[in-house]
Amino acid sequence: MKGRFGIYGGQYIPETLMNAVIELENAYENFKNDKDFNSELEKLFNEYAGRPSLLYFAEKMTKDSGGAKIYLKREDLNHTGSHKINNVLGQALLAKKMGKTRLIAETGAGQHGVATATAAALFNMECVIFMGEEDTKRQALNVYRMKLLGAEVIPVKSGTATLKDAVSEAMREWTRRISDTHYCLGSVMGPHPFPQIVRDFQAVISREIKSQILKLENRLPDAVIACVGGGSNAIGSFWHFIDDKDVRLIGCEAAGRGIDTFETAAAINTGRVGIFHGMKSYFCQDKFGGIAPVYSISAGLDYPGIGPEHAHLNDIKRAEYVPITDEEAVRAFEYLAKTEGIIPAIESAHAVAFAQKIAPEMSADKIIVITISGRGDKDCAAIAKYRGVNIDE
Amino acid sequence: MSKIKDAFNGKKVFIPFITCGFPTLETTAACVREMVKNGAGIIELGIPFSDPTAEGVVIQEANLESLKAGVTTEKVFDLVKDLRRDVEIPLIFMTYANVIFAYGAEKFISTCAEIGIDGIILPDLPFEEKNEFLPLCRKYGVDLISMIAPTSENRIAMIAKEAEGFLYVVSSLGVTGTRTEITTDLAPIIKTVRENTNVPCAIGFGISTPEQAKKMFALADGAIVGSAIIKILKKYGENSAPYVGEFVKEFCR
Repeated sequence: MKGRFGIYGGQYIPETLMNAVIELENAYENFKNDKDFNSELEKLFNEYAGRPSLLYFAEKMTKDSGGAKIYLKREDLNHTGSHKINNVLGQALLAKKMGKTRLIAETGAGQHGVATATAAALFNMECVIFMGEEDTKRQALNVYRMKLLGAEVIPVKSGTATLKDAVSEAMREWTRRISDTHYCLGSVMGPHPFPQIVRDFQAVISREIKSQILKLENRLPDAVIACVGGGSNAIGSFWHFIDDKDVRLIGCEAAGRGIDTFETAAAINTGRVGIFHGMKSYFCQDKFGGIAPVYSISAGLDYPGIGPEHAHLNDIKRAEYVPITDEEAVRAFEYLAKTEGIIPAIESAHAVAFAQKIAPEMSADKIIVITISGRGDKDCAAIAKYRGVNIDE
Repeated sequence: MSKIKDAFNGKKVFIPFITCGFPTLETTAACVREMVKNGAGIIELGIPFSDPTAEGVVIQEANLESLKAGVTTEKVFDLVKDLRRDVEIPLIFMTYANVIFAYGAEKFISTCAEIGIDGIILPDLPFEEKNEFLPLCRKYGVDLISMIAPTSENRIAMIAKEAEGFLYVVSSLGVTGTRTEITTDLAPIIKTVRENTNVPCAIGFGISTPEQAKKMFALADGAIVGSAIIKILKKYGENSAPYVGEFVKEFCR
C-alpha cells in the first residue's frame, strides 16, 4: 500500500494538509530520478556539505575493546556538524523546484534547525524554526546560531515544550500557510511521503559506508549501529544494507533513566503501536492513548515516537532496537573523547555505548560500523552539568 | 437513516462544541443540557487528547486541563450515559485517531453505539485513511464525519460523494480558534459539495459571533462553534452553564 511499511506509516493528517503532501509527493516522484536534480544535489553534498564523510578506523577503541574492528562513520564532520544537512539540502532543493519561498521546521537539540536555517540562507529562503521552550534554554547556543543564519526561532510553550510540541506547532503553522511554505521535516517520520523522502536523502550515509568499507576491507561489516530518535541517521545508515542479511542493523533508543522508569524515550522498547503526528508507528503513551511526556538527556532523541519504517524493520526482525541509558551514553561520550579525540553528539554516544557492549564479544575478524551522527560541542554544557561541573558558556 | 442527517431536516442547525471535563465533567453535563434547552441541534463532545494538533491555543489548553483533572475516555462514556437519560439530540465525539486506536477501535465504536453516540469527527483521519475506522463505524451504525478544507479543491467531490451524517466544512486555513473575519470564498466549495451529495454541510473553525453564524447559515445547513464556548468556560469555570446557555441562545434565534 502507498506510503506504508507493513502496517506502519500512512497519512494521518488534517484534510487542510492533504493537497500539500500530495503536491510534495508528486514533485518528489518527478525529481527523484531527474538527472539535473541529482547532480545539483550531489554538487551541494560534495562542495557545500563536505561529503563524502570519512569512514574512520577507530584503532585505539578497537584495541581497547579487544574484539571486533570498529569504524566510525563521521557524519559529525559534515557542514553544520551533523547528518541533518543531508536531508535539508535535499528538501530545500526540492522546495525551491516546487516554487516555495519559505521553509519551516521543528528542532529538538537544534541540529535540524541549524541545518534548515543554513539551507534557507544558502537558497535565499525565509525560515521559521519551532523549538520547544525547554530546548531553547538547553540549547541557547543553537538558538543564536539559527538567528545568525537569518531564521526566526519560535519557542513553543504548549504541552511539554519539547520536540513533540515543536513538531505539532510546525504542523499547525503549515496548515495556516501552505502555498509558499514547505515543511522541512527533520526525520523519517510524519505523514507519507516524508519518511520516504528523508530516508532517500539520508541513504547517502550507507551508500558511502558500503563503498568505503569494500575499499578498506573488501567485505561488508558485520554490524551497523546508529542512534534512533525519529530515526533518520539510522535509516540512512541501514538502507543500503537491508538486503545484505548478514549485516546486523542495530538502532539505539534513548532509555533515559531506564526503560523500567517513566523517564524514558524508548518508543519500541517501552511504547505501543499508535497513531500520531501523521503516522502509525510505536509511541510512548498511556492507557488511553495520551502521548507520554518522554525524557532523555539527549534533546535530539527526546521524542515519543519512531519512524514507521523502523517499526516495520523491528517487527520483521530485520533490525534490532536496544535501549541505552543516559549514564551509558554519557560514559561513551567521555570515552570516545578520551580514546579517539572525537567528541560525539550525545545522541551518537548512544550508538557508541552499544558498540562498547558487543565489540569485546566479537572476534577480531569482525567489523562494526558506528555512525557518529553529529558532533558533541553542543552537549558539553549539559554533560558538565550531569557530572556536577558548572561551566560558563 | 442517520439521526444526524435527520437533525437538519430542512432547518439550520447550530452545533456547539465542548471539551469534556473542562473544568469538570459535571460542568460539561450542565452546559450540554443548557445547550439543548437553548436550541442546539447537535452537540460535539471533545474527548481530550494530550496533543491536539488541529486545535488552536484555547482548545489545546482545555484538553490539557481536562486530562490533568483526570478525565479519561471511560469517564467521558459515563458522562454520555448520564446525558442520554434526558438528552435526545444527536451527540458526536470529536477526538483524535489515537484515542480510539488505543482504546481498541471495535470496543470504542461499539460502546459509542451502545451509549448513544451518533457520529465521530477525527481531524487527523483524512479520506485516504478513513478505512482505519469506517468498517467498524458502518458495522455499529455510527457516522464517521468527513471534513473539507479551503485547500481541498479537486478533492471536494471525492470526499462529498462518500460523506455520512453531515460534512464538516473547515472555514479557514490553520487551526481552531476565533477569527474576526472569515476570508475563504466558501460559496464555490459549498456549491461543489451540493453537486455531489445531499448530505447536509456545516461550517466550522473561526466562528464566534451570531452575525458570523448567520452568514454561514445563508451558505450552509449548519454552523459549528468551539473556541468561543471554551473561552466562556475559561472565564466562568464551574459556573459556566447559564452563560453557555445564553451564548447558544443568541445563535439559535
